[in-house]
Amino acid sequence: MSKPKVAFYWGASCGGCEEAVVDLAEDLLSVVERVDIAFWPVALDFKRADVEALADGELAASFINGSVRTSEQAEMAELLRRKSQVVIAFGSCAQLGGVPGLANLHSREAILECVYQEAPSLVNEERTVPQLATHVPEGRVTLPSLLDSVRTLDQTIEVDYYLPGCPPPVPLIGAAVTALVEGKLPARGAVLAPDVALCAECPRSATKPERLLVKGFHRTHEVVADPEVCLLAQGLLCLGPATRGGCGASCIGGNMPCTGCMGPTSRVLDYGAKALSAIGSLLDSNDEEEIAALAGEIVDPVGTFYRYSLPASLLHRRAEPASRAGGSSS
Amino acid sequence: MPEAELERRFDPRIVAFFCNWCTYTAADLAGISRMEYPPGVRIVRLMCSGRVDPQFVLAAFRHGADGVLIGGCHPGDCHYQEGNYKARRRFELLRMLLRDMGIEGERLRLEWISASEGDKVARVCNEMTEQIRALGPLRLRAAPPRAGRPSAREAAGEGAGEPVVEEPVGEAAR
Repeated sequence: MSKPKVAFYWGASCGGCEEAVVDLAEDLLSVVERVDIAFWPVALDFKRADVEALADGELAASFINGSVRTSEQAEMAELLRRKSQVVIAFGSCAQLGGVPGLANLHSREAILECVYQEAPSLVNEERTVPQLATHVPEGRVTLPSLLDSVRTLDQTIEVDYYLPGCPPPVPLIGAAVTALVEGKLPARGAVLAPDVALCAECPRSATKPERLLVKGFHRTHEVVADPEVCLLAQGLLCLGPATRGGCGASCIGGNMPCTGCMGPTSRVLDYGAKALSAIGSLLDSNDEEEIAALAGEIVDPVGTFYRYSLPASLLHRRAEPASRAGGSSS
Repeated sequence: MPEAELERRFDPRIVAFFCNWCTYTAADLAGISRMEYPPGVRIVRLMCSGRVDPQFVLAAFRHGADGVLIGGCHPGDCHYQEGNYKARRRFELLRMLLRDMGIEGERLRLEWISASEGDKVARVCNEMTEQIRALGPLRLRAAPPRAGRPSAREAAGEGAGEPVVEEPVGEAAR
């Protein structure tokens, strides 16, 4: 029997997910023994035409990382969907929108203007902006367009499984590949990670007070954290109570609080709202003014609670100003 | 007000989460006392304002609310000792988050209303309706549907349909 074919693809991402695949280290060799990699832009020299030449459903699985921001990424996702029996959203960006998803705080027009016209480090005397098509002596060249907002993979194509994390933890990748090869994947739609909050596996959970209340939050550069004690109890904003485990608490191991890359557990609809709820209820005050002051210490609530999940959130992107009500709609 | 003007008028939809013990009882009192408040205020009774999950508020906005009102017992009066304090703490953070998401502060309001304050229910509902009427409807961009959730699709009785693709709009890049 021939080996199952798999593909890897990246959308709007940083390349860290690709690193995570390489981090399988020697285990990568046993993966390569069991599957044929048919497409992997970052590492192998296959082209889009090679994917197009495959029969529909010929790929056993596609691992797609990154969010979807350009027309090219959307097209590639659709192509890989057609050619694959199983599509796995790989990493926070594909699953929830990821850090690039914070661009949904701004309009596409504002982003293009900032990047190509206003950035202080910019040298663009001719005020060049990207064109969808340009004529040069050699002919007409084109660029993909920027979509109106950042989307998750499952806001673009149907997704069968999710591997959470920024990047996904190596043991979870290994387990997913093994389950795929052995035909032991769970029901479609599953997130391939434990369905409990990080606190459940945190090595410091014994030091979490019975009644956890916090008199304000420090930012990580402001204090030296005790390496043994629950970070929340030390006034560091750790999102462990609201975040799915399965990462081995590796950030906690580095004495850094959880920032929520593993996303929500299955009972949660909107990660940021749930994380905000968990953290908000810890503020140690019953006085309205003091509560407002303590809450005000969290300088960037959207960036804190939706660091990895704004496109997947209920609001999806920033609302349009009401003053423009009645103006041109999207 | 002339009829044509009434037709054009924007009547805000406000989802009101009222606690069972104080504010909902006060809303009952307002009704029994024949006090008037706008029909756009849709009340959801919860056992406690501490039960108001920020997800409820965002879901209300997502599903068409122009404002969300949370009503609970006065400080010290919570039937469950401190549910209203927890509501207050979450509310402060949520208000900051909504501000950064482009949703004006007037669209989320927290009020302590005891069971005897039917008049306060009517006053707050009237005030908030007028404030939001002045702001105009909440303009949230539609989120792309989640093409990819097999469980959600099956629950909705849909098969594997066309993937939903947002039209790329190219003006900015042209």
